[in-house]
Amino acid sequence: MNKNMQLPDPEELFEVLAKKIHVAKIPDIALVGIHTGGVWLAQRLHQKLGIEHPLGMLDVSFYRDDFDKRGLRAHVKPSAIPFDVEKVNILLVDDVLYTGRTIRAAINELFDYGRPGCIHLAALIDRGGRQLPIAPQYVGTELKIPDEKMLELRQDADGKLSLKLYDKNFDE
Amino acid sequence: MNSKNPQLNENGALQHLLTTEGLPISVLLHILDTAESFVGVTERDVKKIPLLRGKSIFNLFFEPSTRTRTTFEIAAKRLSADVINLNIAASSESKGETLLDTVNNLSAMNADMFVVRHSQSGAAHLIAKHARSDIRVINAGDGSHAHPTQALLDMFTIRRYKRDFHNLRVAIIGDILHSRVARSEIHALTTLGVPEVRVIAPKTLLPKMVERLGVHVYHSLEKGLKDIDVLMMLRLQNERMTGANLPSFEEYFKYYGLTPEKLSLARKDAIVMHPGPMNRGVEIDSAVADGKQSVILPQVTFGIAVRMAVMSILAGSQT
Repeated sequence: MNKNMQLPDPEELFEVLAKKIHVAKIPDIALVGIHTGGVWLAQRLHQKLGIEHPLGMLDVSFYRDDFDKRGLRAHVKPSAIPFDVEKVNILLVDDVLYTGRTIRAAINELFDYGRPGCIHLAALIDRGGRQLPIAPQYVGTELKIPDEKMLELRQDADGKLSLKLYDKNFDE
Repeated sequence: MNSKNPQLNENGALQHLLTTEGLPISVLLHILDTAESFVGVTERDVKKIPLLRGKSIFNLFFEPSTRTRTTFEIAAKRLSADVINLNIAASSESKGETLLDTVNNLSAMNADMFVVRHSQSGAAHLIAKHARSDIRVINAGDGSHAHPTQALLDMFTIRRYKRDFHNLRVAIIGDILHSRVARSEIHALTTLGVPEVRVIAPKTLLPKMVERLGVHVYHSLEKGLKDIDVLMMLRLQNERMTGANLPSFEEYFKYYGLTPEKLSLARKDAIVMHPGPMNRGVEIDSAVADGKQSVILPQVTFGIAVRMAVMSILAGSQT
């Protein structure tokens, strides 16, 4: 793949994603963002779609399956689910969907809060490469990214989103 | 093991928790921040996360303790680890087995972590040095040397109520001489940037040259409490006193017991802490222990989150 591959504008992708979710009209819906990028998106969606349930946030560090290899990350943020998940329809929001392992961890954590009605999944970008049977219902776009690359959503001080593509072994 | 600081690995990551002395501020803050996330877990309906599933944690208590052992046990169980409690004071040691033989035997049972309480200073250190390199050790109190998890949960409590360490005056009051808690607290407070730490005690309950730890010494509770934001009370450790350090409990209470009147000399919004178990009417009056400024029970709750943080950071650190 070309090193200077043209990345889409995440601001436009967000509008596409928000529209798809809006059109779907999921009843009694609560949003849960996955730290960190997913929380930024979930916050925006929460406001734009006028969701009634307060916004939930998950840091799945305590549920990751690579703890034995990588240990605990340096900045674990508190998870907060400020509503009763029992029977609620939850829309999980993540920035870049890849192997599906983060989503597996998030679903496990959600069930420790109770038994939700449904769990839907929204991602800004689906980059393929799934290692688990997990599929999103709502995506901004699909983008084939080679395995040796990392794709990261970033947010500047003014809240503007951008995408960064870099080599996996290269620590930014 | 890092030769300079046996608690850290080559990359400066925490491998054992033996003392707060010499721990970098980054490590202290990492523990406090991680504990913050665990407080959320302990408030949920399902108070359990799968992080340490399949790990075996041995509570090695060579000295009796109910509270500390229980909080370590709860912390480990909430992390889904298997916990084995050994009250060694009542078994192997009395049969003549050496400390290291006991540890080697338990290592052969595939232990992943030891939580050690011992009446001898340096016991946890010795175990960390001799145990298999993939085993993690937490000091749960060694002699009058250190009790790092107690100090960390105290730091966590202070940060919860006072937010910032940089504008605080903290007083540690009571039996400093026999207190491993006091030593660990002083090191942690100093590293976290508390500008003024006072110790308030009669001369007979202060270690020699305690000023060298960077604290201000007061022998009068009335004088020492002026402008204080945080009062850290200590338990009078009558079981460790060999000589006549004190004339009587009544006399101690008269001069050093924390009563509402004496507490009113500190700042109006000062908080009162105590590591437990309390001797009511000796170092603290019931009206203070159960009063509005007391954060003694929150300390216990936070202690579980802090111990969960320490255990998960250690279990995840690579040799």
